[in-house]
Amino acid sequence: MAKRVSIFVTCIVDQLFPKVGLAMADVLERLGYEVDFPEDQTCCGQPAFNTGYRQEACQVARHFLKVFRDSEYVVVPSGSCTSMIAHHFHDLFPADEAAGDLRAADALAPRVWEFSKFVLEVAGVDDVGARLQDVVTYHDSCHALREFGIRDGPRRLLANVRGLELREMDAAEECCGFGGTFSIKFPEISGGMAGTKIDSIVRTGAQTVVSVDSSCLMQIQGALSRAALPVRTMHLAEVLASR
Amino acid sequence: MSVAFDEKVHKTLADANLQLAIYRATGRLIDHRKHAVAATALPDYQELRTQANALKRHTIEHLDHYLEQFEANLTAHGGKAIYCQDATEVADFVLGLAKERGAHLIVKSKSMTTEEIDLNERLEHHNLESVETDLGEYILQLAHQRPYHIVAPALHLTRYDVGDLFARTLGVANETVVERQALIARAVLRQKFLAADIGISGANFLVADSGAVLLVENEGNARLTTSAPKIHIAVAGIEKLIPRAQDLAVFLKLLGRSATGQALTVYTSFLSGPRRAGEIDGPEEFYVVLLDNGRTKLLADPGKRESLYCIRCGACLNHCPVYRKIGGHSFPWVYSGPIGAIITPQFMGIEHEPSLPFASSLCGACAEVCPVKIDIPKVLLELRAEVKQAEERKGANRLERLAFKIWAWVMCHPRIYEMAAMAAASVAPAENGKWLRSAPAVMNLPPVRAWLSQRDLPPAPAKSFRELWRKR
Repeated sequence: MAKRVSIFVTCIVDQLFPKVGLAMADVLERLGYEVDFPEDQTCCGQPAFNTGYRQEACQVARHFLKVFRDSEYVVVPSGSCTSMIAHHFHDLFPADEAAGDLRAADALAPRVWEFSKFVLEVAGVDDVGARLQDVVTYHDSCHALREFGIRDGPRRLLANVRGLELREMDAAEECCGFGGTFSIKFPEISGGMAGTKIDSIVRTGAQTVVSVDSSCLMQIQGALSRAALPVRTMHLAEVLASR
Repeated sequence: MSVAFDEKVHKTLADANLQLAIYRATGRLIDHRKHAVAATALPDYQELRTQANALKRHTIEHLDHYLEQFEANLTAHGGKAIYCQDATEVADFVLGLAKERGAHLIVKSKSMTTEEIDLNERLEHHNLESVETDLGEYILQLAHQRPYHIVAPALHLTRYDVGDLFARTLGVANETVVERQALIARAVLRQKFLAADIGISGANFLVADSGAVLLVENEGNARLTTSAPKIHIAVAGIEKLIPRAQDLAVFLKLLGRSATGQALTVYTSFLSGPRRAGEIDGPEEFYVVLLDNGRTKLLADPGKRESLYCIRCGACLNHCPVYRKIGGHSFPWVYSGPIGAIITPQFMGIEHEPSLPFASSLCGACAEVCPVKIDIPKVLLELRAEVKQAEERKGANRLERLAFKIWAWVMCHPRIYEMAAMAAASVAPAENGKWLRSAPAVMNLPPVRAWLSQRDLPPAPAKSFRELWRKR
């Protein structure tokens, strides 16, 4: 019997980049998993948490815990949302709370996986049989990189895509400047950071920027598009779903 | 964001030369550190960070004990501990001592703590001449500017800026070769060292079991400051304590490497009291000012107390993509960068610049390089929550709070979430899938305008993931 995984596609993928969710489901099915999409899912609460609205973040986190309570695995196409669930839910709920939210959060945390990490460490696969004729560069999303140490994994997966050439950019590990509400509270700083990022991307001569977070890609693509640069962005799941 | 903060940020971002100067200088420091802490150069780097964090935590949690121990040992060597609550008390102590001893000229070595309390300005106000002797600090004193960076105070100035400044203020020929500029400063400063009555330094560490002040530097000016004049005053925040001299084996391996990529700085001075009988140099009087200035307030807060672990290496500034864009002078206080963003609100109160904890993408580069492992993003998040609580008490920023309340409610009601999203998508349809340079009139809201001021907006797809999934 096929093993079952739940996917949390994230609000941003649900509403703005649905293809990323489909691609992730596609890759997981090819790896032999039965994919379940709990329909009541919405957001992980990170926007409120990062803006200082703890109570509102708690409400949304509680909803999340309810929706995914019975999932054996929750796979997420975002390092940032995964860190919110697996790391920051713990900080959100007071230790003395009677409702058991903290217990529920701690119980769920080890079952929540960022997509590339799940493919490599749970499915145990570093070649998904993908094919894509392209020159790409990889952007390290901050939370994937610094909260989960996701650095070599996505690069290994990319290296095994037939036809794909990976070129490293010099500022791969530098933040794209998105930062959630930071991007609209401090647009000039955020835009300046995006500028540094796209300069580094362009220097590689790559045609595509790949990342494990759609939010970074929204920032990068937004800046590339504004600068009228002919570079596209793709989520790692989309690359791995390519045939 | 306050108007002052906003203006400084805008000015810095608009100055292409300054942008390049900051990016290059911090980039060099990043490279130097990277080599210095590489596994081949320092195999136990991560273990040292863990030890440094544990040592700082232990010391900060037992600060009362180590302060007493430090004072007892310092006194035994003939030094004197002076406890000061704030800037005024430090200035009063120095002024009082200067008056008693008939002192007129003070030489200073680099110290962020004295910058924090505006010591030079306070002394000059009472007609005492106080001369900075670190080259970068000397340049800034001539230019009447604040340090731009904790470790590299004149990081934003080019050698051409310095040539102009020296010509204008010292009446020398305009010299653009850095080594010659150093010689000009040296000629002036040597005379000051010889004539000075008092030397004032900071302290990198206060060593409790030795009653000693430890100083690291590269120019030798701190050694002259602390040994040539008859009186040496070290001004230190109480958080500079470490328990034992042997703990320096941990901290000295981390400090130079994290700051400038040096295994050790050129000079490391271990100062444990005034000149003793038979010694040929050193001051006749040795004072250590132990400054609170808000530190005990931080100490009382277990959630953010780790902010006091900082050893002022500046690595978080160099690696911060925000600092690298907005520079040091945009920050509202003398401490800039990520460490400035967490300690300024705690020392000065969050109302001093409430937007400061929000001026971060929370990328975590600061925490990754911090030699004492301060979880800066975590403290920023705590401060953000405190700002929002304060706003709620004052009834400020009501619209944003209402928006998040509605948002949270919607996110807990999946059917309403779906309807709201469909309604939003219908006003900004995907059409040809092109990214939008401007928003349709109904979406012309401040957050959308802020986004569009810098970037294009993604088009809403014809169908959301959940709609596509159902049809799959």
